[in-house]
Amino acid sequence: MTPTYYLLLSALLFSIGAVGVLVRRNAIVVFMCIELMLNAVNLTLVTFARINGQLDGQVMAFFVMVVAAAEVVVGLAIIMSIFRTRRTASVDDANLLKY
Amino acid sequence: MSFIAQAVPLEVPPIDYGAIAPLLIVLGMACISVLVEAFLPRHQRWPVQVALTLVTLVGAGLALGLYAGTGPDGITTLADAVAVDPPTLFLWGTLLALALGSVLLIADRSVEPGGAFLASAESRAAVVGVGGSRAGGVGRSAEERGYGSPDQAPTMQTEVFPFTLFALGGMMTFVAANDLLTMFIALEVLSLPLYLMCGLARRRRLLSQEAAVKYFLLGAFASAFFLYGLALIYGYAGTIRFPEIADSVVASPMSDALLLGGLALLVVGLMFKGSVGPFHTWTPDVYQGAPTPVTAFMAACTKVAAFGGILRVLHVAFGDSRWEWRGVLWAVAIASMAIGAVIGLTQTDVKRMVAYSSVAHAGFLLIGAMSITEQGVSGTLFYLLAYGFTTLAVFGVISLVRDADGEATHLSRWAGLAKRSPVLAAVMTFLLLALAGIPLTSGFTAKFAVFAAALEDGMAPLVVIALVASAVAAFFYIRVIVLMYFSEPAEDGPAVTVPGAFTTAAITLGVLITLVLGIVPTLALGWAGAGGFVG
Repeated sequence: MTPTYYLLLSALLFSIGAVGVLVRRNAIVVFMCIELMLNAVNLTLVTFARINGQLDGQVMAFFVMVVAAAEVVVGLAIIMSIFRTRRTASVDDANLLKY
Repeated sequence: MSFIAQAVPLEVPPIDYGAIAPLLIVLGMACISVLVEAFLPRHQRWPVQVALTLVTLVGAGLALGLYAGTGPDGITTLADAVAVDPPTLFLWGTLLALALGSVLLIADRSVEPGGAFLASAESRAAVVGVGGSRAGGVGRSAEERGYGSPDQAPTMQTEVFPFTLFALGGMMTFVAANDLLTMFIALEVLSLPLYLMCGLARRRRLLSQEAAVKYFLLGAFASAFFLYGLALIYGYAGTIRFPEIADSVVASPMSDALLLGGLALLVVGLMFKGSVGPFHTWTPDVYQGAPTPVTAFMAACTKVAAFGGILRVLHVAFGDSRWEWRGVLWAVAIASMAIGAVIGLTQTDVKRMVAYSSVAHAGFLLIGAMSITEQGVSGTLFYLLAYGFTTLAVFGVISLVRDADGEATHLSRWAGLAKRSPVLAAVMTFLLLALAGIPLTSGFTAKFAVFAAALEDGMAPLVVIALVASAVAAFFYIRVIVLMYFSEPAEDGPAVTVPGAFTTAAITLGVLITLVLGIVPTLALGWAGAGGFVG
């Protein structure tokens, strides 16, 4: 099995995540799509580590996981606070800021 | 246990503590600040946090001055993850000084009684209770219902101080990062506190929270792009260190598509933070919705950090492949200047107008960052210093014009302000002229430095477009000046609050530096041009 397939798979996952961010309306689902993008990157990093015969890429994947966890903490806190005041997590309803 | 015996002992990389002392001070004190938040009783927190934050900034500044005073060469430390070279030292100094001004604005409790930030828990319950209304703001009466006595000023939550220090630490790491992974971590360390700070406003909670959600979702989206760019460049070069990427650009056996795709994604992530051109969509919303002191911090410091990072990536890692990417960045810079100047004309809110002005300025800065010469670096650094202080003072002034509902940011409310408060109108006029780039202000010197560098590097058509864009942008600054001086004030117009010592100090700092850099720029230009990037 050539490593290229994994690169294609990760590119596909990244694209699915990116499209999801653009078309989905619920802030939580948008956020999950962003997480999907980050995990697609992890797959890319590990595959390149394999291709280059190094460990660096695998170590980077761990860093990405930690950052993703921190992002979840902050992100869910923000989405919770807006849900409490608005009783909805839809990004379409947050439309007060425009000219 | 035999495998332990066989393991090669890890060699600890040498650390130059003197060079990274400012960074360690800021991040260490940020942790102490969290402990203060956790263990001190509520009424003691505000004075302790303010004192702690100011001492941290001054202490880090002293450590930086001591190190820079020895005239060091550029070095890399922490196993080459962090580069401390003349541009890094200049950016650290700029960031610390701008953060000092922002903290003064954040700490002020005289302009908004009790401070501009979320009040303590019992009052928040009252705000949440009426939050079902779809109006943009929550009335004053509802806010004050939560306190025992109406004359007792509500204390503000002081989490904003550790957030500021962590964000500042992230920014300082970001401009010093010598590899892409350090840069990514720093990007998150600076962004995550900023997302939260946006949502902390005491008034207009819905706007503030909406700004936080928008900034967070778009910011996380952009950092995912940055990260994918990192992965593709790692695949191309087999390394993420900037100097080694530069070497591999000529030697790598991998397909160029990886390099160009990776660079494009990386640049999208960076441009987002710098609110450049077509990646600016969050800027006006977040600038308007966030509490004004936080907007000042964001507008000044984030811009400095983002362009510090862009400079290092373009100059150290991709300087040799500039013919591949320069055409695209031309288009981005033109788009940024055009969007900022044209859409800025149609704005009716002062904070949104300054946001679009920052998009236009990002275009000018990008022109400097694209010039792969020493003048390009020093011009951009000087521009960042000048722009940062002017913006800081502008937001300080905006926070003073208030009516019963809080800040009066709608432009029509500013009509005839010169008749109510000549001093404030004069200060604002001076700052707007500096943003427009009129001689004798820092804005002129900065634009001159950047455009001269671009001309020298053979980008004459871009400079012409930039001059046209600054002429168009000058129109909307002057529109505000005309409105303040030549319109009749409204009957129920906003009052100008007399600022307390902190806000006065911050605005004075910004105005003085704008003036000094305009009249005698030589010293700062000398610091900005003290040397190039290491590596």
